Amino acid sequence: MAAIYSLFIINKSGGLIFYKDYGSAGRMDTNDSLRVASLWHSMHAISQQLSPTLGCSGIELLEADTFDLHCFQSLTGTKFFVVCEPGTPHMESLLKVIYELYTDYVLKNPFYEMEMPIRCELFDSNLSQAIQKDRVALLGR
Amino acid sequence: MQFFSGSEISPSPPAPTASGNNAHMMYVFNRNGICLLYREWNRPLRTLSDHQDHKLMFGLLFSLKSLTAKMDPTSLKFHLFCLDLITSYSEVNGSTINCGPDLKMIMTFLAVFCSNYFIINMPSHHSMDKGNLGVPQLPGQGCSFHSFRTNTYKLSFMETPSGIKIILVTNPRTGDLREPLKYIYNLYVEHVVKNPLYTPGTPIK
Repeated sequence: MAAIYSLFIINKSGGLIFYKDYGSAGRMDTNDSLRVASLWHSMHAISQQLSPTLGCSGIELLEADTFDLHCFQSLTGTKFFVVCEPGTPHMESLLKVIYELYTDYVLKNPFYEMEMPIRCELFDSNLSQAIQKDRVALLGR
Repeated sequence: MQFFSGSEISPSPPAPTASGNNAHMMYVFNRNGICLLYREWNRPLRTLSDHQDHKLMFGLLFSLKSLTAKMDPTSLKFHLFCLDLITSYSEVNGSTINCGPDLKMIMTFLAVFCSNYFIINMPSHHSMDKGNLGVPQLPGQGCSFHSFRTNTYKLSFMETPSGIKIILVTNPRTGDLREPLKYIYNLYVEHVVKNPLYTPGTPIK
């Protein structure tokens, strides 16, 4: 019973650079995940246009019947969003932790090209650790 | 928000909140995208003309619905997303005479983005058992979202099986608005639908 279903990272042009599935019933294939990511990128931008007041920075939380979607946008335009069970607490802090891992293990990697799909082992392993820790803390197992 | 104190209408009207300025705007759309009602109480910033604003709102909600149905982690997913997204966007685009440059840019951006991926992945017969992603779904079919929140506003959404969509844009600290939306829908049914002089599909006067 996973609290988090999946994690996506989108670069500033809307392309998917990282997708990890943590046990949802309907796994998406590569093309679908690409489409969903670029669609989310556009929705995020359109929601800023519809704001009744100034200073909108896009959708932070989308609540649906069977899942919640938390999104964090860094100052550079990179978006991290996580699909989780409705009502899961502390997703914003988890997203910030993931952002820190991203800066440490991806951006400081000299072989990583900006805006390209992420293929860094250290990032993957530390990310799994962070998610596991979060899962253990949440479910008390 | 103002609510009538109708005693015969169920559910009962929600208790008025302490502060007066909660809601920014309200939209009611029918299933064809016609805006039946638009009310605003507090809108300091207006980026587009009214007509474009309605179309943008309807388009955003339509695609968010498809997105949530697709992303639903507890059900089978469907393919063939882009074709219907493109056709429905072109319907919305083509149905108006004056379409501002911003809106056109956004719509074509979406259509091009999606069409690129669709062309790359022509659906095989194998993917048909997973179904269609983005086929215009019946209202109520598939997982639908009920609200989203940004740092400056919160949008609450309700769709009825007849395709009537009620949207409320409020401040971000608002709680769950599904009950008030149901109440508004009941008001709509009582006073608008049952009105013999009202033609369905025209804006509510």
